[in-house]
Amino acid sequence: MSAREEVLARVRAALAGAPTPPAVPPVRSGRPLEELLDRFAERVADYRAVVVRCAEDEVEERIALALDGARTVVPADLPWEVPGAVPDEGFTALELDDLEAVVTAAAVGIAETGTVVLDHGAGQGRRALSLVPDLHVLVVRADQVVAGVPEAVARLDPARPQTWISGPSATSDIELNRVEGVHGPRRLVVVLVGSEVVGRGSTLGGVGTVGGSSASH
Amino acid sequence: MNATFVGMPPFPSAARDALADSQLRGNLAKATGTIRAKRAAVVAEVDDWEELRLAGAALKDRALLDLDSKLVQLEESLTAAGAVVHWARDAEEACRIVASVARDHGVDEVVKVKSMATQEIGLNEHLEAEGIAAWETDLAELIVQLGEDLPSHILVPAIHRNRAEIREIFLRRMAEVGRPAPADLTDEPVELANAARLHLREKFLRAKVAVSGANFAVADSGTLVVVESEGNGRMCLTLPEVLVSVVGIEKVVPTWQDLDVFLQLLPRSSTGERMNPYTSTWSGVTPGDGPQEVHVVLLDNGRTRALADEVGRQALRCIRCSACLNVCPVYERTGGHAYGSVYPGPIGAILNPLLRGVGTDEQVDSLPYASSLCGACFEACPVRIDIPSVLVDLRAQVVDAHRPSAKPEAVAMKAAAWSFGSGARLGVVERLSGVVGGATGRVGRRRLPGGRAALSRVPFGAAWTRSRDLPVPPRESFRAWWKRTDGGRS
Amino acid sequence: MVTCVNDAMFPDTGKAVVTLLRRLGVDVEFPQAQACCGQPMVNTGYLDEAVPVVRNCVSAFEGYDAVVTPSGSCAGSVRHQHGIVARRAGDPALGAMSDRTYELSEFLVDVLGVTDVGAYFPHTVAYHPTCHSLRMLGVGDRPHQLLRAVRGLRLVDLPKAEECCGFGGTFALKNADTSVAMGSDKARQVVNTGAEVLVAGDNSCLMHVGGLLSRQRSGVRVMHLAEILASTETAA
Repeated sequence: MSAREEVLARVRAALAGAPTPPAVPPVRSGRPLEELLDRFAERVADYRAVVVRCAEDEVEERIALALDGARTVVPADLPWEVPGAVPDEGFTALELDDLEAVVTAAAVGIAETGTVVLDHGAGQGRRALSLVPDLHVLVVRADQVVAGVPEAVARLDPARPQTWISGPSATSDIELNRVEGVHGPRRLVVVLVGSEVVGRGSTLGGVGTVGGSSASH
Repeated sequence: MNATFVGMPPFPSAARDALADSQLRGNLAKATGTIRAKRAAVVAEVDDWEELRLAGAALKDRALLDLDSKLVQLEESLTAAGAVVHWARDAEEACRIVASVARDHGVDEVVKVKSMATQEIGLNEHLEAEGIAAWETDLAELIVQLGEDLPSHILVPAIHRNRAEIREIFLRRMAEVGRPAPADLTDEPVELANAARLHLREKFLRAKVAVSGANFAVADSGTLVVVESEGNGRMCLTLPEVLVSVVGIEKVVPTWQDLDVFLQLLPRSSTGERMNPYTSTWSGVTPGDGPQEVHVVLLDNGRTRALADEVGRQALRCIRCSACLNVCPVYERTGGHAYGSVYPGPIGAILNPLLRGVGTDEQVDSLPYASSLCGACFEACPVRIDIPSVLVDLRAQVVDAHRPSAKPEAVAMKAAAWSFGSGARLGVVERLSGVVGGATGRVGRRRLPGGRAALSRVPFGAAWTRSRDLPVPPRESFRAWWKRTDGGRS
Repeated sequence: MVTCVNDAMFPDTGKAVVTLLRRLGVDVEFPQAQACCGQPMVNTGYLDEAVPVVRNCVSAFEGYDAVVTPSGSCAGSVRHQHGIVARRAGDPALGAMSDRTYELSEFLVDVLGVTDVGAYFPHTVAYHPTCHSLRMLGVGDRPHQLLRAVRGLRLVDLPKAEECCGFGGTFALKNADTSVAMGSDKARQVVNTGAEVLVAGDNSCLMHVGGLLSRQRSGVRVMHLAEILASTETAA
C-alpha cells in the first residue's frame, strides 16, 4: 500500500463512529469602524512604522521625502513616478541586496490590526522585491482600507501569493520583548492616500510617528 | 552536533533539576510574565473573543472529523496549483523525502523556517547524517542550534536563555558556521537581532533549497500559510528555487475564508500582538515569483493515532500558539526541557502521549501527571482544547495500560476505593487515624499558626512533609461528632 | 457533602457549615453513608476504582433537594467527573447528583440569595480563589461578596491570586518538587500582603499552602471560608 493510501486508510479507521462535524457558530462580520483611516494610521504607527497621510497629488512628493535619496527599486508598473529609481528587471537576490529601498503599491489595508496586505499584483512587484531592500515605502489608497481581518480575507484571492505586513521586521525571541529589525525591511513607511477623509479637520500634512526618524518627512 | 531528547528521565525527576536552576527560573518568570500581560491586553480588545474561540474550535473539528476528504481535496488543489504532494507515514519517511529533494538539486545545505513538524521528525539530524547542513533561520532556533541546545518552548525555543547567554553563544559559535558576530557585540536585544541578521543574510542569499512547515493548509484553495515575525520565513519562502514544506495532516482548514478566524486568534494568543509582522501565503507555484519547484509533504507520524482517541482528538486542533505554556504555572517553573519533547507544556503533556501512545515509555507515561489540573491552559487556548479533561483521560489510559499493577500507588488506590466505598468503612479508618493523631499530637511539639498540632515528619509521608507541615488528624472526625451530638443538636 | 478530607482532617469546617446554614434557616442533614466523591481516583487515572466510590456517593445523597459542599474541587468533581465515571461503568445513574450539587458560596449567593450572613471576624484576610472554584465552577466574585459583608474583616488583595497554589491532589505527591515550588511562590505572595489569615473554599489547597506557611514559621494561619462566615460576635 502506498503511503497515501495507508495514511488515508488510517484516517478513515480513526474516524469510524466519530460524530458528524459541528456547525460553525456565527462570528461578527464587518463590524463598522468609525474613522477607519484614523484607526488604520494609529494601528500601523503602533508597530513603529512611519505613517504619512497625503492627498492623491502629493504621493510622489511624499515618496521622495521618505526615500531621502536612497538607491531604490520599483516594480515596473508602479503607478507613481520615482525619480532615480530602477525598475525591477528580474534582479537576483544578491543584486537586490545592493539596493537600499523599494516602493510598492498594496492590495488591502486592515484598520483593526494595522496590517497592509500585498498580493503582488499591479504595482506591487514580485515577493523578493519588497523583502530584500532595507526600507519599504508602501502606498495604500484610502479605498483599500477595510475594517478587520474577515473583510480583508474576503477581498483577497488565495490563488495569488500574499504577504501580510504589520510593521517592520521584528522579533520577540529575546526575553519575549518585541525588538524591531531582523531580516525583513527594518524601516517601513506607509503612505496613506486619503481622498476625502483626512483626520479631523487637519490639513493635508503628514502624521509623523515614533521610530524610523530618518524616514519621516 | 545536535542535542537530543532521547533518553530523558520522567517528568518529576527532570523537573527537579530544572527547579534548582535559578537562572532558568528567573528567565522563565520574566518571559512568561511579559507575554501573559501582552496577551491579556490584546485579547481584551476583542469584544467577541469567546465567539472566535468557539468558531476556531468548530472549524478545526469540521476539518478533523472529515479529514480524509479534506486531505484529498487539499492534495487536488495543491497539485492543480503546481505543487508536488508527498505522503509520509512516519518521521523516517518524511525525512527521506526531504533529503531526496535536496539531493536531486545537488545541495549540501538548506535554509529552514521555524517548524514544529520538522523538529518533531528530527529532520536536521537526518539531513546532517546525509551530509546536508540545515540552517535554522528563526532567531530563537538559531540560538538553540548554535548553543547545541534543545528547544524549550513552541514559539520561542530559546525562552530559557536570557540576553547575556545569547550574546555569549553568538560570540562563541557564529564564526564556526559562517559570518562571525561583531567583536564588540553587547547584550542589547537590538544588537543581538542585528548580529543574527548579518550572520544569516549570506545564507539566505545563496540558498537553493528551503524547508518550511505551515501554520495552515487550506483545502479548497491549496494555500499554505506561514505566520512569523522576523522575515526569515519570507526569505526562505521567496528567494530559493526549491521549497519543501512538511505539513502535519491536522493543519488542514476547510476554506480560504476560514483563515479570518485563525488569523485573529493566533497572533493575539501567541506573541500577544494584534497581528504578527509577517504572514506569507502561497498556493503552489507562481510563475516568475518565488520558488519554481514546490513540494508538500503531508505527515502522519502518530496523528491518526491521536485522531482515533475520542477524548484526545481535540488536541489536533492545536495551532501551536503556545498560550497554554505561557500561562501554565508548572511550565513557568520547570521550563520546557523537563517535558522531554519538542512539544512541552500543557499541550505537550497531552500531545506526546496521544502521538506516541501510552504504556510503553515511562517518560511519556509521566507527562499526563505533569499538571495540577488548574485549568489555566483551557482558559487561554484559542481553539478551546480542554487540556485538563484530556489529561485526566490519559491518566486513566496510563493506569489501564499497566493493569494489573502491584505498584504502591495502585495498592493505595484500591485501599482508598475500599474505604471510600462506604461511610461505615471510612468511619473505621477515621477512628484509627484519630487515635494515631491523638497519640502523635501529644508527643509532637510543632504547632500550626492558630494552635493546632502539626507533623513535620511522617513515616511514608516524606513526599508531603519534606517541605510542608501536616495537621495532626483530629481525635474526632466530623462523622463521629455528628453521631455523638446528633448533628450538634444535643 | 462534607467531603472526605474535611470529615477526616478538618471537622471544624463541617461544623461551621452546619452552624452557618442553620443560622440561615436551612434544614441540614449529614447522610452517614457518604464517604468521598471519587475525585482522587479519577484524577489519578483509577476509573475502575472510582466506580464504587461514586456509586456510594450518589446513593448516599439520593432524595435531597440540594447537596452543599465546602469544597470547590469536590463540587467540580461531582459536576464534571461523575459523568466520566458513569460512562466507564455504563451506568448513567451515576451522574444523578451533578445538577443539584453546589459549592458553599454558590449555594449562599445563588440559591439562598444572601451575601451578608451576619458574620463578625475582626482580622486582616487574603482570599485565594482555588482553581476548581474559579475555573471549573466559575464561582466568580461570590466569595468576595460574602467576605466583604463580614463585619470587622479587612480583605486585602492577593497578587497573582488566580495562579494555582500547586496542590493538585496527587500532583502534590507525584510531582512534589514542582508542587512545592508553586506553593512557595503562593506563600510568598500571601506573606507579602500582610494578612493574618489566608482564606479559601478548599481545605486541600489550604493544607498545602498552610503546610508551607507553617514550615516557614510565617505566622499566617489558614481558614476555610465557612469558618469565617460562621464566626459571630459571640462565637468569635
